[in-house]
Amino acid sequence: MQGDVKRLSLILLFAPFALWIVLLIILPHLGMVYLSLREKVAPRVYEFGFGNYIDFIQEPIYWNTLLRTGSMSILVTVLALLIGFPIAYYIAKIAGRRSRGALFLLCLIPLWVSDLIRAFGWILLLRETGVISTSLQTMGLISEPVEFLYNDATVIVGLVYTVILFMIVPLVSTLDGMDDAMVEAGYNLGGSGPTVLRRIIIPYAMPGIVAGCIVVFMLTAGSYLTPILLGGKNSSWFTEQIYDQFITRFNWESGAAFGFLLLAFTSLVVWAGLRLTGQNLANTVAKN
Amino acid sequence: MKQKNYIVGLAVTAALSTASVAQAETLRLLTWGSYAPEELIQKFEEEYPDIDVEVTFSNNEEMIAKLRATGGAGFDLAQPSHDRIYAAQLEYDIYKPLDLSKIDTSVMESTHLEGVKANTTIDGEVYAVPHQWGTSGLMKNKAMAADFNGWDDLCDSQYAGKTSMRLKRTILLGTAFAMGHDPFAAYSDLDKYQDILDEVSEKLIACKSNIKAYWQGGDDLSAMMLSGEIVASETWDSTAYKLYAQNPDIVFVPPETGALAWIDTFALPAKGKADDAAYKWINFVLRPENVTIMSGSTGAIAAVNGGLDLLPEDKKNAVNAAFTPADIANLKFFANIPPGVEDMEGKALEKIKAATGG
Repeated sequence: MQGDVKRLSLILLFAPFALWIVLLIILPHLGMVYLSLREKVAPRVYEFGFGNYIDFIQEPIYWNTLLRTGSMSILVTVLALLIGFPIAYYIAKIAGRRSRGALFLLCLIPLWVSDLIRAFGWILLLRETGVISTSLQTMGLISEPVEFLYNDATVIVGLVYTVILFMIVPLVSTLDGMDDAMVEAGYNLGGSGPTVLRRIIIPYAMPGIVAGCIVVFMLTAGSYLTPILLGGKNSSWFTEQIYDQFITRFNWESGAAFGFLLLAFTSLVVWAGLRLTGQNLANTVAKN
Repeated sequence: MKQKNYIVGLAVTAALSTASVAQAETLRLLTWGSYAPEELIQKFEEEYPDIDVEVTFSNNEEMIAKLRATGGAGFDLAQPSHDRIYAAQLEYDIYKPLDLSKIDTSVMESTHLEGVKANTTIDGEVYAVPHQWGTSGLMKNKAMAADFNGWDDLCDSQYAGKTSMRLKRTILLGTAFAMGHDPFAAYSDLDKYQDILDEVSEKLIACKSNIKAYWQGGDDLSAMMLSGEIVASETWDSTAYKLYAQNPDIVFVPPETGALAWIDTFALPAKGKADDAAYKWINFVLRPENVTIMSGSTGAIAAVNGGLDLLPEDKKNAVNAAFTPADIANLKFFANIPPGVEDMEGKALEKIKAATGG
C-alpha cells in the first residue's frame, strides 16, 4: 500500500517534467530530424536523403560562419569567466552579510529588461552620434565622431554583458559553500595569494565554473538579437543563417539541418572542453 | 445542494460563453506594421459590432512562413506583395481563390487591378487584388549628397562610409538594373539570371567598404539618416516620406533606372474562417475617406482611382517632391518570383554578407 502511494507521488512529481521534455523538446526535435533529411526536388515533391548536410559541408560560407560563431562564443565565455569570477568571489566571500543580497540583486536587475531593450541601450551609447562619442568630443579627447558600433568587438561586449549573470550565479552559489577556514589554512601554511587561488579556491569552485561556462557558451552560440543588432557588415552569426534558411529562403529542410549542426557542434565543444580540463558532468554540474 | 448549484452555474456560464462566441466573429488580419491603424479598426468595429479585429504584424517572408506552418490556418486575411503569391501558392497551397463578386473592384485603379490579377491567377482562379502600392528606391540628404541619383551611387567613393542598404533582394535587383541588365526578363532563363547575380554580387562585395552598415528595419535606417551618420541609402519610399516630414532636405530619389514598384494585396488564407468579415474589411478600407486614413498610416498610395489625391497633405507633398510623371512612367514593377529564384538570391546575399571586403 505504502509502496503504491510512493510510486504514485513519484509519477505525479515526475509527470510535468516528463511531459515538458517529451512534448516540447523531444517531439519537435524528431520532427526536425525528419525535416532535415528531406531533399526538395520540385514544388511539393520531396525525397529522403542527406543532401542538406552535404550542402553544408560543400559550402565554405556555412562552416566558416559556424566556426566563427563557435570561436567568438568561446571568447565570450572566457571573458565572462574572467570578469565574473572576481565579482562572484566578492559577493560570496568579501561582502558583508547584508550587502550580499543587495549586490546579488544588482546583478539580477538587467535581466528584468528584455534582450532587445538591452541591445538598443548599447546602440544608443555606442553609435557615431551616441552618448560615448559625443561626450568624448565635448571633453576634447577626439575631434571627429567615432563609430563604436557595427564591429565584432561590440558584439563581444554586448554578449558578455547579456550572459555574465549566468556565470555569476553558479559561481556565487559554489563559493558560498566554501569554508573560509580553508583559505585561512592555505595562508597559514605559507601559501601566497596566487597559490591559494590556484590550489584551493579554483579547485573548490570548479563545479560552478564548469556549470557557468556551459550555460554561457550555449546561450552565446544560440543568441540571435545581440549579434544581429550590434554586428557590422561582415559579422555573420550562425543563428542568422538558420533564420535566413527558414524565413527568407523558405528552405525549412536545410534550416532544420543547420539547427542540428549547431546543436552537434556546441555539444562537441562542451565535451571537448570537459575532456581538456579533465572534468566530467557527474562530478561538476551534477554535484552543484 | 451547494455542489449542484455550482454545477448548474458552470453549465450556464459555458452556455453563455459559447453563445457569445457564436455571435462575435473575429477577423484575424496578417498584415504589415501600420497597415491596420487603430482609428480604422475602431471605425470598422463600430460599423460591424459583431466583428472583432485582431491584427498580427509581419512581412512578406514571415507571412509565407506562418501560413506554411499551419497550411493556411490561423488568419482570415493576409496582405502579401503581388510578386510573392504565385510561387508560394504553387509550393505550399496556403491561399484560397477570391470571390471577386464580393469585392467592389470598380473603385480599384484598373492597371494595378489587372496587373495583380494577371500575376496571381492560377488555373483560372484569382488569388489576390491590390490594396496599396509604393516603391523601393533611394533617399538622399540634399544638403549633403546633391548629385546622388542612381543605385550605383551607393558605391561612389565620394560618399564612403556614409551610405547604407538593406541586404535583401531589392538591392540585388536595383544593382542589376544599374549595371544595364533586366533581371525580371532573366527570370525565364535562370542560367542567365545566375550570371547576372554573380556579376551583381561581385559589385556589391567591392562596394562593402563604402557602406557604413546594412540596415535591418525602418527604425535604424531613420536614426542613421536623421542623425546625419549617413547621407544616402537604399530605402522604402514610405520611410523616406516620414523623414521628409521631419527634415525637408531628406527626399526620396527614384533611381535613374527606375524605382522598383510593389503592390501589397489582399489574399485569403486557405483555412481562414471569416471570409465574409474579410470581404467587409476589404471593401471598408477601399472607401475614399478610409483610404486617406490608411495612407496616412502606411505612407503608401492606395491602388484605387485617384489614390494619389487621397493621400494626406504631407505625404502628397513628399511624393510630389520625389516623383515626376516621367519617374512614374519609368516604374519597374516586381515580376513574379519563379520557384528557385529565392534560393539563388539567398546564396548571393550570403556570399556578400560573408565576404570580408570592407
